[in-house]
Amino acid sequence: MDPKALVPGIKPGRMDKAAIEAGFGDLHPALDDHEALVAADRCYFCHDAPCQTACPTEIDIPLFIRQIATGTPEAAARTILSQNILGGMCARVCPTETLCEEVCVREVAEGKPVEIGRLQRYATDTLMAQNVHPFERDAATGKRVAVVGAGPAGLACAHRLAMMGHDVVLMDARPKPGGLNEYGIAAYKSTEDFAAREVAWLMQIGGIELQSGVALGRDVTLEALKAEYDAVFLGLGLGGVNALGVDGDDREGVADAVSFIADLRQASDLSALPVGRDVVVIGGGMTAVDAAVQSKLLGALNVTIVYRRSQERMAASVYEQELAQSKGVRIICNASPVAVHGNGAVREIEFEFTDDALAPTGERFRLPADQVFRAIGQTLTGEGLPELDGRKIAVDGTGRTSLDGVWAGGDCASGGDDLTVTAVAEGRDAAEDIHMSLMG
Amino acid sequence: MADLTSNFIGIKSPNPFWLASAPPTDKEYNVRRAFEAGWGGVVWKTLGEQGPPVVNVNGPRYGAIWGADRRLLGLNNIELITDRPLEVNLREMKSVKRDYPDRALIASIMVPCTEEAWKAILPLVEETGADGVELNFGCPHGMSERGMGSAVGQVPEYIEMVTRWVKQYTRMPCIVKLTPNITDIRKPAMAAHAGGADAVSLINTINSITSVDLDLFAPEPTIDGKGAHGGYCGPAVKPIALNMVSEIARSPEMRGLPISGIGGVTTWKDAAEFMALGAGNVQVCTAAMTYGFKIVQEMISGLSQYLDEKEISLSDLVGRAVPNVSDWQHLNLNYVSKAKIDQELCISCGRCYAACEDTSHQAIDMSEDRVFTVKDDECVACNLCVNVCPVEDCITMEQMAPGAVDPRTGKVVEAVPADWTTHPNNPMSATAAE
Ligand SMILES: Cc1cc2nc3c(=O)[nH]c(=O)nc-3n(C[C@H](O)[C@H](O)[C@H](O)COP(=O)(O)OP(=O)(O)OC[C@H]3O[C@@H](n4cnc5c(N)ncnc54)[C@H](O)[C@@H]3O)c2cc1C
Ligand SMILES: Cc1cc2nc3c(=O)[nH]c(=O)nc-3n(C[C@H](O)[C@H](O)[C@H](O)COP(=O)(O)O)c2cc1C
Ligand code: SF4
Repeated sequence: MDPKALVPGIKPGRMDKAAIEAGFGDLHPALDDHEALVAADRCYFCHDAPCQTACPTEIDIPLFIRQIATGTPEAAARTILSQNILGGMCARVCPTETLCEEVCVREVAEGKPVEIGRLQRYATDTLMAQNVHPFERDAATGKRVAVVGAGPAGLACAHRLAMMGHDVVLMDARPKPGGLNEYGIAAYKSTEDFAAREVAWLMQIGGIELQSGVALGRDVTLEALKAEYDAVFLGLGLGGVNALGVDGDDREGVADAVSFIADLRQASDLSALPVGRDVVVIGGGMTAVDAAVQSKLLGALNVTIVYRRSQERMAASVYEQELAQSKGVRIICNASPVAVHGNGAVREIEFEFTDDALAPTGERFRLPADQVFRAIGQTLTGEGLPELDGRKIAVDGTGRTSLDGVWAGGDCASGGDDLTVTAVAEGRDAAEDIHMSLMG
Repeated sequence: MADLTSNFIGIKSPNPFWLASAPPTDKEYNVRRAFEAGWGGVVWKTLGEQGPPVVNVNGPRYGAIWGADRRLLGLNNIELITDRPLEVNLREMKSVKRDYPDRALIASIMVPCTEEAWKAILPLVEETGADGVELNFGCPHGMSERGMGSAVGQVPEYIEMVTRWVKQYTRMPCIVKLTPNITDIRKPAMAAHAGGADAVSLINTINSITSVDLDLFAPEPTIDGKGAHGGYCGPAVKPIALNMVSEIARSPEMRGLPISGIGGVTTWKDAAEFMALGAGNVQVCTAAMTYGFKIVQEMISGLSQYLDEKEISLSDLVGRAVPNVSDWQHLNLNYVSKAKIDQELCISCGRCYAACEDTSHQAIDMSEDRVFTVKDDECVACNLCVNVCPVEDCITMEQMAPGAVDPRTGKVVEAVPADWTTHPNNPMSATAAE
């Protein structure tokens, strides 16, 4: 055992740099030409294909796979991107095992779906490698739209609006565009700075002015935007994080999983990034899995996910759970945190077992921990927003909010799963509706 | 996006992809949906004489050959011409053409081999607004037993006679659809040409029995214990169709005779190949029957991408490969190449070795640790290894530069081409005669 791995506390360089970099390599490596042809050949070109229905952006999957099979991945890319401008990112991050590939008739029949995600990546990578932007702007309409938030929802909305001839100002509080594509998605899903490259490629459409470091509520108000622009789209995502609400939540070493991941995504040298020896992640979704797996890949010795309900109810897909387990992450279910112990910094975290109704059983246990990550959900933050439905902005099917001239989509808006692809679909559809309403 | 607009013998369509006369074009419902899906034109399912329509067997009507993964390669059918009344078809054609004026709508016709029969039906078809007629001299089953279809198509004199009648009684452009069930496709094509046809289309289906039921001892599809030969189509017939198209395209007597290419067109590539061999457009049946109308979108995007990449127009493509279709005797015997195995791509399956060692020229070496290499001193460049290799581009044929010594023959590779007509071993060659 490498002694570096055993050092207690939150320390960088628990593994050799090369080993860390290898671990963070592509989760689903790119298909080469031959592999793509073989994979494409498996598609049955189903009529009214279930995969297409399962895709939130309704990409014509059989058509694009046929285009790959007939040697025109560029045409395939156009088919994909005309529905989903972030088709490249979605090919990497979509939980295809619960979307298109889950309903592939070959998954149903043989337990082995057509590799839709990887084929989608093959097509979009081919086109992007040629640095071709396949769309052109319609004649200018003279209308101006403000898009707040440059995550998947805002980018999809801005692109579609620009394509239809509107002028878009895209503002984001963060220094870089991309939203969680840039700051949240697991590093092994978006390698080689793909998020930034994709945004640069998307902006080639023209007509989108990016204003980074501009926050709604701090630098501009919704009222002012409404007055200045013909329409406003809000793609704010979920900026806040739920608290644990237990004793010791504020101890040193307790952090938000999303902040840890954001630091990780922005780190230029992963071997310089500190991580605990004994890491405990609380939560059951994709964020929990990503924080746990990436801690492990950085060299943490013991990584445990603790989830308060049964494993079947985890929001992370079975594939993600298995991914975590294959990396050596332990998953404990039916346990809720009750206290974070330690002297200043965290040393242990205490849990109580719960039944399926979340009632405590009285049985408790402690896990050693020098780092604890909260991954129990994100929340919408901000004031003066349109009316909420529960904890998100209330929208109708086309993204209209309670305020005239204001649309919303993505994680901040009600309805739909919190997924990149859903955000893209909602941003795109809102753009279509904005266009309809502006052009009469 | 390249311009795919097509003008075939004066008939305009937004793209060169037409549906062939067959079940996909049997009725208004299908044709409307086909046009919505993007097809440039249709040849309506073959019309027969006025009066009680023909009767089909209930079925099964199809037999099939499959490739790996049950991919449909060849389809055999025993359907007849339309089994719906003539008036109904004509009414529907008129209504579709009215709503889709920019698409090509061709009436396929097969009536008895008498002047009156053709004279009677042509004005009725003209009245629908159809853009042209296609004479079905190709159907090889059922109708041929009644002296129509391929029974006409196999007798060049009849083809010429009927074509003349058609040209006499209508101003509509006339396409003659040929049967491949003959020995020399140029003869019927020449007859159509002589009769004044504006174009020929080919191929119709090929006589076939796809399989035999080994319990019933009857051909399939089996109807109540018996089967009849049917017509074969789909990807399997493409090589036969391509050859026949090229035979007509390069025949000096028929230079310039427009051709509509049919037979196994399944992807944009197939269509481009037909067009390169001289087809002005293509017609599709089995691929639509296998995958539905949507495939035309791949054909459109694929052909247009290809034309863009090649920086040529659709009309530049038509016939571009015809000058390179040659006779064996004119192939260059001084062209020498050798197979080369890319060791990076090789998956060590050994298929090339088995093929070459057992059935060709023993020109592949297999090492203890399964590395396969070509012995240049044995390789005749037959290409069999390339064809049996499961990995595309793993084995390639590398041309030997002139001046190099071919290790197999010990001779210097000549820069000047030489073919069989001048080869010393040819008793007829000029050199031998000296
Ligand atoms: C750790 C993690 C991993 C994930 N992994 C996956 C995955 O593998 N696959 C998947 O499909 N989904 C995944 N998701 C979910 C996915 O990332 C989100 O559903 C998606 O990014 C939502 O897009 P969005 O545009 O709505 O919001 P975001 O991506 O959150 O973007 C919102 C943007 O708005 C900006 N913003 C916020 N407030 C303001 C303001 N007041 N003024 C100006 N700008 C503002 C933010 O800076 C941000 O750039 C993951 C999420 C997390 C947290
Ligand atoms: C079921 C079936 C019915 C057909 N009926 C006709 C017909 O009525 N008239 C005709 O000219 N050709 C008919 N054909 C032949 C097709 O038009 C076409 O020439 C042939 O199928 C080859 O093309 P493909 O390989 O694209 O199928 C029929 C083919 C099939 C499979
Ligand atoms: S394809 Fe349609 S008509 Fe033919 S056997 Fe099947 S269900 Fe019946």
